[in-house]
Amino acid sequence: MYKTIALVAGLALLATPAISQNINGAVKARQGQFNVLAINLGVLGGMAKGEIEYSAEAAGAAADSLVGVAMINQAPLWPAASDEMAIDGTRAKADIWDNWDDFQSKWDALGTAAAAMKVAAAEGPDAIGPALGALGGACKACHEAYRAPAN
Amino acid sequence: MAALCVAAAGLFVTRPAKLPDGALDGLSADPANGEQVFYAAGCISCHAAPGTTGPAKLTLAGGQAFPSDFGTFIAPNISPDPDHGIGGWTLSEFASALRYGSSPDGQHYYPAFPYTAYAHMTDQDIADLWAFWQGLPPSDVPSQPHQVGFPFNIRASLGGWKMLFMSKDWVVADIPSPEVERGRYLVEALGHCGECHTPRNALGGLDTANWLGGAPNPSGSGKIPSLAALDWAASDIAYYLETGFTPDFDSAGGHMAPVVQNFARLPAADRDAVAAYIKALQ
Ligand code: HEC
Ligand code: HEC
Ligand code: HEC
Repeated sequence: MYKTIALVAGLALLATPAISQNINGAVKARQGQFNVLAINLGVLGGMAKGEIEYSAEAAGAAADSLVGVAMINQAPLWPAASDEMAIDGTRAKADIWDNWDDFQSKWDALGTAAAAMKVAAAEGPDAIGPALGALGGACKACHEAYRAPAN
Repeated sequence: MAALCVAAAGLFVTRPAKLPDGALDGLSADPANGEQVFYAAGCISCHAAPGTTGPAKLTLAGGQAFPSDFGTFIAPNISPDPDHGIGGWTLSEFASALRYGSSPDGQHYYPAFPYTAYAHMTDQDIADLWAFWQGLPPSDVPSQPHQVGFPFNIRASLGGWKMLFMSKDWVVADIPSPEVERGRYLVEALGHCGECHTPRNALGGLDTANWLGGAPNPSGSGKIPSLAALDWAASDIAYYLETGFTPDFDSAGGHMAPVVQNFARLPAADRDAVAAYIKALQ
């Protein structure tokens, strides 16, 4: 839990001055949080596939990081006119702003899946696989609706 | 007058082909295999009503819009409802739609319905799919007209298009193993991966010289990635089709997400076969 709070605080420090400066900062901060998710999924996925040796501690730390990122308040990271039609360097679709409640509920679903991963990570590598499937479902559901393909 | 005769002759040779009545009736059908064909072919991704999720998607009421350079096509109701869907059709009529892109009343379908891929489906898979169809829920939502202007609203002209761009041949002719052959069937026939991942020429036909070479995104910005140049291991491709995770643990999105959702339901051997086919392209 201590680690989670430290992580959230760290990300908030990164994000806050950037937002007050400009839209680009907000875009960088939100992309950064997604990369933190991907890196930690890499640890858990590697354990599920047997490519990385399972350790309860490392798995727990990765799951804590997911839970921590999922706790970040999204609203300040998505300022108006920061969609892919308005600016370069983002794949965020304008539909996010038209359907903010749905976007937010898809973010909340990520939190639920991350919490389930926390439980699975303590159980062992065989439990990680199914939890990873649920997490992937949460990522995919949001990317399906709200992220444009890369250039 | 001569011109008219030539035009009429042209329409005659390009008239919609159909299977004779009862052509597939001798086959004994397996609805369980039909369900696998259904997901591999992605009928549900286009024909489910927009915004539906979970089991509600199985009601194939249509209504999704497909923008193209030639206008916007709206997927029709293909549920087993006898009045608003295809419940009154015979197996041969269903097979003619998939194999030749021809309707029961002798019209050409637009290739937004990817029959140029489905044309390669085996008789058995079509019969099995039809058997599975009988268990799907009916919907009485009427199909909506396409938003397509002149001259593309004249279906007869599609006969010429089919002559140019429909082929009985596989794109990849050299097949090193039974696994790659199965992969070819899943990619070129059922999964119609080329419809999104292959660029099109000015007439909307697939540029097979650039097979799976990546393409512009027809419904917005960004690009659909190349599969021919994909530098992932075969196991990475299979894992992506199962979970949506890339080797870097980014997650699939856009129009690829439903493909992953469908392929996750297939046996692992099928995902491996698709991966082997993609690696064989390289
Ligand atoms: C609520 C919606 C939502 C959820 C949930 C979500 N994402 Fe994303 N993700 C996005 C959007 C939108 C972008 C594009 C952001 C941009 O380019 O400004 C994105 C971008 C990314 C990127 C690219 C970041 C970059 O450097 O440009 C990665 C990697 C990523 N997501 C991974 C994940 C993973 C892994 C998960 C699940 C654990 C996940 N995302 C869950 C919406 C979401
Ligand atoms: C309806 C359009 C569509 C169809 C059909 C389709 N794809 Fe895709 N595919 C996409 C899009 C769009 C992306 C980019 C996904 C994203 O933005 O996350 C993609 C991405 C991919 C990727 C990841 C490549 C990368 O560099 O990230 C693979 C692998 C892939 N598709 C394989 C397939 C296979 C195999 C099939 C057929 C079984 C298929 N696709 C059918 C649209 C499609
Ligand atoms: C990429 C989207 C897409 C996919 C995938 C797709 N269809 Fe369609 N389908 C369409 C469109 C668009 C039409 C309308 C064509 C027209 O009117 O010319 C259509 C028309 C049809 C029709 C004719 C309905 C009528 O009332 O005449 C049938 C039957 C059909 N599809 C069956 C299927 C089956 C079976 C599958 C899976 C094997 C499938 N479709 C997959 C888009 C799709």
